[in-house]
Amino acid sequence: MSADLLRTPLYDLHVELGAKMVPFAGYEMPVNYPGGIIAEHRQCRESAALFDVSHMGQLRLIGADAAAALETLVPVDVVDLAVGKQRYALFTNSAGGILDDLMVARRANDLFVVVNATRKEADTKHLITHIGHRCQVVSMPDRALLALQGQKAVMALSRLAAGVAGLTFMTGDTFTLVGAECFVTRSGYTGEDGFEISVPADAALALARALLAQPEVKPAGLGARDTLRLEAGLCLYGHDIDERTTPVEAGLAWAIQKVRRPGGARAGHYPGADTIAAKLAGGVQFKRVGLVGLERIPVREGATLIDAHGHKIGLVTSGTLAPTVNRPIAMGYLGTNHAILNHEVYAEVRGKRQPMRVTALPFVPPGYHRG
Amino acid sequence: MTTMFTPDHEWINIEDHEAAVVGITLHAQEALGDVVFVELPTVGKTYKKGEVVGVVESVKAAADIYMPVEGEVVEVNEALRADPSLANSDPMGNGWFYKVHVTHMEQFDQLLDPPGYDALLKTL
Repeated sequence: MSADLLRTPLYDLHVELGAKMVPFAGYEMPVNYPGGIIAEHRQCRESAALFDVSHMGQLRLIGADAAAALETLVPVDVVDLAVGKQRYALFTNSAGGILDDLMVARRANDLFVVVNATRKEADTKHLITHIGHRCQVVSMPDRALLALQGQKAVMALSRLAAGVAGLTFMTGDTFTLVGAECFVTRSGYTGEDGFEISVPADAALALARALLAQPEVKPAGLGARDTLRLEAGLCLYGHDIDERTTPVEAGLAWAIQKVRRPGGARAGHYPGADTIAAKLAGGVQFKRVGLVGLERIPVREGATLIDAHGHKIGLVTSGTLAPTVNRPIAMGYLGTNHAILNHEVYAEVRGKRQPMRVTALPFVPPGYHRG
Repeated sequence: MTTMFTPDHEWINIEDHEAAVVGITLHAQEALGDVVFVELPTVGKTYKKGEVVGVVESVKAAADIYMPVEGEVVEVNEALRADPSLANSDPMGNGWFYKVHVTHMEQFDQLLDPPGYDALLKTL
């Protein structure tokens, strides 16, 4: 593997556990361990799985003006976010297109931001360029990020710090885990209950070993992370959302709180606000949808969606054979006329038409702990 | 030698040249990961050497299956169609893909023998 690739603090552990390592976003990352993607996927749905997501970008925004400053880059209510709460957000460009999606948590002394690995350099530059004069933008390369996901994650993690059981979905707090001060949020990317743990890099290995020593927990790689998030109907940046899609086409308008919408107290004043306001009011030509294959053939990213007459009506942006659902599932964009529940469309796979049905997202019921 | 290999990671066993068995190698199934779907060739159809005759799909990816030698497909593995994970658990046995009536024996002889295939794997 190329010598230019970065390694997370858990690299040696992945190798020791027999992971298949692949290049991803400039890092050597485990795609799966010897049990394989399907077993890891089931482990997460039925018990708990530990993912190394240290390749993702962690940042702090520090200063009294940080929340108001961040609101100039995202269509999201950050100012009213209470200490200990976390929220999903999107960086938009001047056309309303999505530059990245991110998580923002308000802590007592800063905003804690997690961005996609593929976008962390661009996002950091974006933040410094546009709001660096209003708050401190601090990258955190000295932190690893672990995701412990699954309905039994809370049982396992509360043995290390009982207090984590008191968190609810999209809240976070600081806990001491194996002697290290960690910031723990009850959130994730699998559709299950679970936690994301920001841990000092030099304590990450001890924490990972302590978690893997719990009877509920097994390691899982990026392969299972992808099938889990797809079943959960969650977008992958660069695939299901990108600069060509606004939050409205992407079905992410729920992330734009009322206070940031036209008529709200802090409406607009983010990149592309006019375009997004117009789409919220007037509708869009394409919409993100869920699709279930009516045959066994997996329908993957890039497959063209056509109607019964063979006219192109959309594109698949993510797809696989879903381990839990045990059917082909996909997400993609369809012309609004066709983006109707239970509507039947066709995906072109190797020159053949595969029937698919427009389906509500997520494909599996979420297991979030809302308290 | 009754089993030979292709650079595309298929194997062919020619104990019965009228029904030589073709499958994917241990390396191929490892590289693919959990196999969830196979598309098998049409029985009774003759394919040229190197022609795409099927597809094997894992959770992560799809890969073409090529014809190692020219010939008519005489049988496909319906058990594999029903349970594609056989390609992972027993790729050189119950996870076979199809059988072919080999007419050009010289094409078989041009394939990689086991040491040749092992040498290829070492370069990957």
